[in-house]
Order: sequence, then structure tokens, then C-alpha cells
Amino acid sequence: MDLVTVWFCVIAAFWIGYLFLEGFDFGVGMLLPVLGRDDTERRVMVNTIGPVWDGNEVWLIVAGGAMFAAFPGWYASLFSGAYLPLLVLLLALIGRGVAFEYRGKVDSPRWRRTWDRVIMFGSWIPPLGVGLLLSTTVLGLPLDAEGNRVGSAFAALRWDTLLGAVALAGFALVHGAAFLALKTTGELRARARGLARGLLPVALLPLFGLLLLVQWQHGALWTAGTLAVAVLAAALAWWRLTLVREGQAFAALGVLIAAAGVTLFGALYPDVIPSTVDKATSLTAAEAASGPYTLQVITWVAAFGAPAVLIYQGWTYWVFRKRIGTQHIPQVHVPK
Amino acid sequence: MEVLELARWQFGITTVYHFLMVPLTIGLSVLVAGMQTAWVRTGDQRYLKMTKFWGKLLLVNFAMGVVTGIVQEFQFGMTWSAYSRFVGDVFGAPLAMEGIVAFFVESTFLGLWIFGWDRLPKRVHLACAWAFSLATVASAYFILAANSWMQHPVGVEFVDGRPRMNSIWAVLTNNTALAAIPHTVTGAFAVAAAFLVGIAGWHLWRRRREADEHRAVWRSSLRLGGWVGVVAFAVLVVTGDMQGKLMFEQQPMKMASAEALCHTEKPASFSVLAIGDVADADCEDVKTFTVPALLSFLAHNDFSTEVKGIQDLVGEYQERYGTNYPDDPALGELAGKPIDYVPSLPVTYWGFRIMIGFGALSAAAGVLALWVTRRGRIPDGRWFPRMLLLGIVTPFVANIAGWIFTEMGRQPFVVVPNPTGIDGVWMFTAQAVSTISAGEVWASLISLTAVYAVLGIVEIFLIRKYVRGGIEGVLPPPPADKDPDDTDALAFAY
Repeated sequence: MDLVTVWFCVIAAFWIGYLFLEGFDFGVGMLLPVLGRDDTERRVMVNTIGPVWDGNEVWLIVAGGAMFAAFPGWYASLFSGAYLPLLVLLLALIGRGVAFEYRGKVDSPRWRRTWDRVIMFGSWIPPLGVGLLLSTTVLGLPLDAEGNRVGSAFAALRWDTLLGAVALAGFALVHGAAFLALKTTGELRARARGLARGLLPVALLPLFGLLLLVQWQHGALWTAGTLAVAVLAAALAWWRLTLVREGQAFAALGVLIAAAGVTLFGALYPDVIPSTVDKATSLTAAEAASGPYTLQVITWVAAFGAPAVLIYQGWTYWVFRKRIGTQHIPQVHVPK
Repeated sequence: MEVLELARWQFGITTVYHFLMVPLTIGLSVLVAGMQTAWVRTGDQRYLKMTKFWGKLLLVNFAMGVVTGIVQEFQFGMTWSAYSRFVGDVFGAPLAMEGIVAFFVESTFLGLWIFGWDRLPKRVHLACAWAFSLATVASAYFILAANSWMQHPVGVEFVDGRPRMNSIWAVLTNNTALAAIPHTVTGAFAVAAAFLVGIAGWHLWRRRREADEHRAVWRSSLRLGGWVGVVAFAVLVVTGDMQGKLMFEQQPMKMASAEALCHTEKPASFSVLAIGDVADADCEDVKTFTVPALLSFLAHNDFSTEVKGIQDLVGEYQERYGTNYPDDPALGELAGKPIDYVPSLPVTYWGFRIMIGFGALSAAAGVLALWVTRRGRIPDGRWFPRMLLLGIVTPFVANIAGWIFTEMGRQPFVVVPNPTGIDGVWMFTAQAVSTISAGEVWASLISLTAVYAVLGIVEIFLIRKYVRGGIEGVLPPPPADKDPDDTDALAFAY
């Protein structure tokens, strides 16, 4: 395998890692007003992701940065081509990031309600945005030979990319509910598990719709296999939730998103953005890639850096492995 | 306005805003790790209180630094896609390294530090503080290496119409970067130092007549801040001088315009202040209060050497990099027009002076605070808290002015040509922008600025609240009777 292909896989891996990790913390935020019946329960929910959400978000930053380094053409065409959706995504992430930190800094119900809303919108919009972005890169943009968008500012907003947006939000919802079922105790745990199980068959439909669409338009034989794995994993997750095996259900959902991601990126290769106006002007991985020297350099960095990241991030999850419930939440203490 | 102008305003606004948070985070995180080390080593409660109090302010600020940083990274692809395509081969590498090597560490270990009180062994928890704070410094290193490459491209060759990296080592040890990094990181310490001096001094002053149990906390914080500020200023002068000398060599136009030096002089005098508008004079001499021959010394360490003026440099630049922009429709109004090689003189001239002046003011405030609080004294007058408040603002102003000078001073280039030469490796800012509509940039410029403004107000409100709350605001009173079932309560929770 040449380095361009390797880096295509690495980029896909960063995006899949991001979808897996931030998928559940988005889901927790999306469900904040649904599952959290009072402030203490909402605090339990926020604290299940408190120590890890920031590290999860770095996967997005690294996915973007690695695209810039390995495939500047891809990064430039996709990010300028889908300018407005990315802007909305950024605004939501800005609000969400400060909301976690600021929510508990003032002891007032109105203050917390405001930030709860920011967390909720800030958790709904980014998966919609990332879903739109990734489905755009797979389903294509109207590109000219230079890789610039020829369509209007809304070229990335089509029914098929909007399906991609809903697909990822649906996944995040189920993934978040399963994570809460895994990380909380008592009534909240039961409610989260029930919700995950009830939502799963409905909320994952858009994702399978997207996968079938991509498979039909761009797929290869082997991506049909990974698609089948995704279907099986979803069924497994549902079955394990029924049996109160939340950890296994959560892991199965992880397999599901990995299989879905591999299907999408596998169907895309060797293009990185198909052109919707003329097949000849599609952007390919080889055209979009950096030179061999740069790819070698970042291969070394990733080869040493990425395993270390997995180890210490894994350790974080281990340190904070305990389930938490309303009884663990300390009194609010802020300056008067 | 055209896309180019809007995109530049957007980048300027978002960068300056981001850089209000970043230096405080860098400086404060290292100082807080130091405070925690002092606590672990001595067991003195004073240091624990310091760690908790300053750590809380650090967190309020850190959140804003992260979220505004994502905007910076994505903006290259969104508004500067032509730039990203041209330089991605080399510029992307340090950015990717920053993410993989530094930012992952920073965010993960910050989470461990915030939530790990009581859950991790003391020393492991301390190690998390150091991992986090040193990673912020490493982040700065990679970002500044990328920025320095724009100021002075090295480690590349020109292949197929764009730079190809041929030595990552050269990029990471670019002399421009090696000078910029200590200068910028020290600037960050100056910001954190003034923050400590200002807030701790205010607390000392406020309860000067009462027996305040936390007086030792505020005294130690103030003294620490004062000394860090003074040392930082000394380092800033030395590294600033190193940077200046490199700039005379690498970007002579930037330094000539920083001095409003219109004509070549030998020896060249240093302008302290100018009377009259440097821009209106159309590059005629407006300098007043000059120090003879000092500029020659600053440029070359020799009082008698020649320093080239703007008008001579324009001729040189035109000869080397062309007189007109290419006739490319992508350049919009500028296509085929003459290239203006002179950066905005008022911005560079005053930016340079504000940086130095406010930097000196901040050091002076630190020295004064150290002097008036010597041997346990606390001044009585109202001038003291007022001076401290001004002291907090000054290094921020100096930092921002420094960045505006550095970035505006390289115009019209986005990648400044390396004068000793890699052929073809430079780029005009006008060529760097995306082919998007002005409406898209308007939308982002307005929405980002509005959100930043609102969040800026919220952050200042929260910092003010926690500052006023003092130690009691961050340390909960010890529980009177502990519920036996409650032993597992989280030590820290959102």
C-alpha cells in the first residue's frame, strides 16, 4: 500500500474515532432535557462526560489538522465548499464547549437553564453538521478542475447530504443513551436503557438509508460486507440492551459506527470528493495529497503519537470508570 | 467589501480574540502547576489554596481558548483555501503535530486534573498538571513554527508550482521560530504575572485593616507574579532584540515600516515617537525625538551600519517579486494592478511602539507592586488597586499590538519570500483567499464577532465573580458531619 492510501485510511480512522467518541457525548447533551428530570439528574448526565468530552473533541481537531497535512487539496475543497454548514457547526461547538464549563459557575436556576439549552443545541447541531460534511465528501460537490466549488453557497445542502446529517444525529442519540445506561445508576440508568432500546430501530434508519445510498452509488463488493456488519452490530446492540448488558450494547454500537465509517470511506476511495458536475473533475486522493516526504514525516508522528493517545485516553476512561448517580453529586458551591 | 478584505478582517478579529485567552492559559497553567508542586512538597495549605483559586480562573479562561482555537484551524480551509492548497504540504505538518503530540495531551490531562482531585494519588495528579501545562507550551511551539514558516519559509523546494517540504527539521528549527517562541511564551508569562499581581494585590488591599486568614495566599501570589513579571520583561527585551535583528535580515520592509524609515540612512537613528500622522506624510520624514545611530545598532549590533529605507526597498521588491499582480480573474479587483509593497505605516509604526511601551508599563507595575509590598507592607491609598487594574491590562495590549505588528507588517505577502532564496516560494495575501461569495464571509464575520462579544462579556463576568469570591469561593467549607453512605461523592463535579 502506498502512503497516500495509508493516509486515506488514517484520516478515515481519525474521523471514525471522532464519531465514536464524541458521538456519545453529543448524545448525552442531546438527551439532557429529555432524560434529566431535575437539576441533579442533569448534573449526573453532564458529569458522565465531564472528564472526557474535551479529549474527545480533539479527535475532530486532529482529523481536520491531519487532512490539512496529508491532503491539503481535500481539506481546502471540502472546507471552503461546505462553508456555511461548517460555520454553523463551529458556532455550535463554541457554545457547547463553554457551556459545560460555565453551567455550574453561578448558582441560579435561570443561569443553568440557559446553559442547558446551549448544551442541547450545541449537541444537536454538530452531529448534524459533521454528518452533512462527511456525506458531502462521499456524495460529492459541484467542483471545477481546480477543486473549487462552482455551485452556490448552498451546494452542500441537498436531500442526500441532509440524510447524512440526520443519520449521524440519530446515531449520536442512541449512542448517548446507551452510554448513559452504562455510566449511571438507579432510575436514570433504567430510563436511559429503555430509551436507547426504544429509539434504536427508528433512530438508526437514516444511517442505514445513507449507507444503502452510498453503497448503491459508489460502493464496492467488500463495502457491502462492512454494511452487513453494521446491520448485525445494530441488531446485537438492541438484543444486548434487552438483556441489560449495557457495556456490550455500547461496544456493539462502536462496531456499528466503525463499520459504517469504513463503508462510507471505502466507497469514496480513490476519490476524496466526487464532482457532481463532471466525473472528470472529481478530486482524487492522489491529486489532493501532499508530497511523499511530508507523508513520511507525519507517518512517523502518527505511528508514535497515536498509540500514546489511545493509551492515556484509555487510562482516563479507566480512572473514571465508576457509574455515578444522584447520590454522588456534591452540593453546589460557588462564590456568592 | 470584497471577499479578501472581509476574510482578512475575520482572520484578524478571530486571531486577536483567540490570543486574548491563549497567553493567560499558557502562563497561568505553568504557574498553577508550580503552585501545586509547592503544595505537594511542603504540605503548606497556602499553596493548595493558591492552586485551587488560580486553577479555577484558569479553567474559566481555558474553555474560551479551546473553542476559539477550533475556529482558527478550520478557517484556513474555509476562507483561505487557495493558501491551504499552496502550502498544505509544509504548513499542515506542524498543525497536525500540534494536534497529535500536544493538544491531545493538553485536553486529556486537563480533564484528569479537574476531576482527579482525591481520585488520583497526589503525585500522579500533580503529574497531570505538569503534563497539561507543558503541553500548552508545546502547542505554542508547533503553532509558532507554522507561523514562522509564513514569515520566513525554509525546508522546502519549489516543485510543480508549489512548495514541497524537504526537511521537517529545518521547519521546526527555523531561526525565525526559535526567536519567536521564547518571545511569545515569555509574553504569556508576563500576562499571567500581571494577572497574579493585579488580583492578589487587590485582595491584599481590600482587607488590609482586618486580620485576614488568607493574607499569606495573596502575598505569595503577588510576590510570585511580581518576580515572574520582572524576569519575563528582561527575557522579552533580549528575545525581542534577537527577533528584531532577524527581521531586519528577513523582512527588511517590516522593520523599515516599524520605524517609518523612508530613506536609507547610515547610520540610522531610532524613532522614539512621531508627531503628525505617519501615513499622511506619504513617507516623508515625520520622526521626532530620535536617538542617533540606535537603529543601526538594533539592526546589526553596530552603530555605524546602513539601514535601508522604505523607498529603496520598494524598488528592490519590485525587481525581485514583480511590479504588478498577475492578470488572474481569481484576484478580483487587484488582477493586473500594481503591487503595494508598503504595509500600513500607522499600524506597523504604532503597533511596534505600543507593544514595547505597554510591555515596559507592565514590568514597571510589577516592580512597583513588589517595592510597595516589601516586608509585609500594604499601601493604603486608592492609587494602589487602580494601578494594579491597569497593570493587568497592559501586557494584553502589548501582546495584541505585537501580533498585529507582526502580521500586518508582512503584507502584501501571506508567505513572505525568503530573501536568501528559495525561488518561487512566496504568496501574496490576495492570492490566498477562497473562491467563495462575500455573503458567506459576511455571515461568518458577523456571527463569530457577535458570539465572541457575548462570550467575552460572560467570561469577564465570571472571572470578576470568582476574583471577588476569593478563597472561600473555591474551597467548600469542610462538611460538619459526613454521611457514611456519602463517602463516594465526587470531589469535583460540574
